[in-house]
Amino acid sequence: MAETELLRIEDLMLHFRTSQGAVQAVDGVNFELATNRAVVVLGESGCGKSSLAKAILRLLPRNVSRYSGKVFLDGKEVMALNDEKFRKDVRWVGISMVPQAAMNSLNPVMRVGDQVSEPAMIHLGMKKKEALGLASKMFQHVGVPVDFLDRYAFELSGGMRQRVAIAMALVTSPRLILLDEPTSALDVLTQANIFNVLKQIKQNLGISYILITHDIATSSELADDVAVMYAGQIVEVCDAERFFQAPQHPYSRKLMASVPRLRGEQEPEFITGQPPSLLALPQGCRFAPRCPLRFDRCRQDPPVIKKDGRLVKCWKYA
Amino acid sequence: MIETRSNNILTQAVVADPPPLLSIKDLRVWFELRRWAFSRAGYVRAVDGVTFDLGYGEAIGVVGESGCGKSSLMKTILGLNIPTSGSVTFEGQEVARLDRKGLRWYRSNIGYVQQDPFGALAPFMNVQRILEEKLIVGGIQSPAERLERIRKVMGEVKLHPADDYLEKFPHMLSGGQQQRVVIARAMLLEPKLIVADEPVSMLDASVRVEILKLLRGLQESHNLSVIYITHDLSTVRYFSRRIFVMYAGQIVEKALVDDLLNNACHPYTQALLTGTSEPDAANARTFKEIPPGEPPSLVNPPAGCRFHPRCARAIAGLCDKEQPPETSPAEDHLVSCWLVQK
Ligand SMILES: Nc1ncnc2c1ncn2[C@@H]1O[C@H](COP(=O)(O)OP(=O)(O)OP(=O)(O)O)[C@@H](O)[C@H]1O
Ligand SMILES: Nc1ncnc2c1ncn2[C@@H]1O[C@H](COP(=O)(O)OP(=O)(O)OP(=O)(O)O)[C@@H](O)[C@H]1O
Ligand SMILES: [Mg+2]
Ligand SMILES: [Mg+2]
Repeated sequence: MAETELLRIEDLMLHFRTSQGAVQAVDGVNFELATNRAVVVLGESGCGKSSLAKAILRLLPRNVSRYSGKVFLDGKEVMALNDEKFRKDVRWVGISMVPQAAMNSLNPVMRVGDQVSEPAMIHLGMKKKEALGLASKMFQHVGVPVDFLDRYAFELSGGMRQRVAIAMALVTSPRLILLDEPTSALDVLTQANIFNVLKQIKQNLGISYILITHDIATSSELADDVAVMYAGQIVEVCDAERFFQAPQHPYSRKLMASVPRLRGEQEPEFITGQPPSLLALPQGCRFAPRCPLRFDRCRQDPPVIKKDGRLVKCWKYA
Repeated sequence: MIETRSNNILTQAVVADPPPLLSIKDLRVWFELRRWAFSRAGYVRAVDGVTFDLGYGEAIGVVGESGCGKSSLMKTILGLNIPTSGSVTFEGQEVARLDRKGLRWYRSNIGYVQQDPFGALAPFMNVQRILEEKLIVGGIQSPAERLERIRKVMGEVKLHPADDYLEKFPHMLSGGQQQRVVIARAMLLEPKLIVADEPVSMLDASVRVEILKLLRGLQESHNLSVIYITHDLSTVRYFSRRIFVMYAGQIVEKALVDDLLNNACHPYTQALLTGTSEPDAANARTFKEIPPGEPPSLVNPPAGCRFHPRCARAIAGLCDKEQPPETSPAEDHLVSCWLVQK
């Protein structure tokens, strides 16, 4: 594609040390993202989605046992930067994040307007008044009435708080926003409203997104591309058009088949078994124990097969 | 599941005619607001005039957004809230008039599956204790009989072999397994009615379907009545015969599933249908047309139709003044909206 590359991730690893051994939460992740596109990272609870976001933004807990790989932002390798440089050049100004459950983690004793302007003061060196002006502009982008600037989080509904969290991620004009389950605790109409807002922002500001979610149906509201994550690894990458028509990886297919439909007569199915523990991963393909199509070769780690611009990590396609 | 559902509609239509299992009449549940420094005392009108019948063996879905009063309605049916006015009648007995013994009979006839499996199970009890507790409260004296019942129900919710689970504590189980324990507990006293309040919203998509199928199977095999509460329209159709749509403390539309999905009459129901996504790449290229704003305060709900401030088609002088009556645009279909004239 002719689009310019914004982000490229190569062999990203993030493991955590625990008393039972290493949790291999992000285990060799590769994908790329072009400017003004949105990639959805889909996967079940615990597969490492939030850890991936943390690895990209270097928001690491204390018990990291392995953190490696390459992250290119605008062609520049940022994993090699020291922490101070990373904080100054990458976090917020290059990539910002709306963390999981952001709407419940706003500061309860600070006016939301002040919270939204804070990143602009810290990372762009703005004066308070200028930053507040910018914050009110962001409120307009996300559809929060400007007079809400003076309110506290508890005075807002869940949907409004989530919009405030998005405004906060926007205020430093990043190129890319990581959205970790931005609508999963919200009602249908609020969800739809937030997706309208995210689409509008993408159109108006030329921004890119990584949307992390387990909700396949709503993920299609934003997806240009889809990356499916299973047990710490990406098992399929595909453009949304072809993915939602016919996913390739047996896991992706099972995921799609599990979605209850509003219309149409196909009956949803569930995936038998459970994802493996990230402490004790099976040899070879990690999905094999649950896979209806497994055969002998699946005992070895499958290669990533690239065909027609799609990636799939499965022996069936080798 | 779909074939069995259509079969079932036929059989249910026959059995649903005799006196209902549960009958709700003009039910109101208002919570008193305490007097704080800035807020005048008033009432939260969580349930404000709800009427419906539920037949033996019938499954209904109650759909609505957060805070519309779904849980308050269910808790009142369960006897946990006292109705402000109106009545809940179960097998001809008005629940508010039951004495202690009557209440025990009533409670043993209703199983409750709540939203959050993690909060529903006491963390310090193992599965056996959790389930036995329910039987002890239900008056089953013999330990041998209790264990026998527990094993039977665990088989029904597919926690087998039971011995693998009896000793386990909730934190050792996956979310789906925990929810099975909650369902097993609800089934133990062989109730006639199961109330499932968002039974799958905390679970992963792949597990959701499994639990819904389990509930559906139990409903059919035991001829249970089920009230399934959810905010997700796409799961109700696999589950219930009729859908009730709730908005701001009131039921605004009641219809058979297919009728509701294809001929929704209330603008709010239509908005819910539009707002619900299907996995389709085309979604990313369009904006959804949905009503602006948020559900109203239940302390001072809008006059007239409670949806009118968000309704693009509201008729000034009518929708904002008078509450719309319930009309029937088709058989087995009721809607409260001024725009719908029979
Ligand atoms: N600091 C940590 N130390 C040890 N284990 C961790 C740590 N952080 C996360 N994990 C584990 O890593 C795995 C992946 O967690 P992560 O939060 O990335 O999953 P997720 O895909 O975002 O799940 P969800 O959908 O539930 O948010 C989980 O098993 C989690 O318990
Ligand atoms: N015991 C109570 N005292 C005061 N107000 C209450 C009480 N219980 C519920 N409410 C209020 O009644 C309204 C309806 O709440 P309810 O829990 O029934 O909604 P719901 O439809 O179940 O929402 P959700 O989808 O979020 O579970 C809310 O405004 C709630 O704050
Ligand atoms: Mg997460
Ligand atoms: Mg509730």
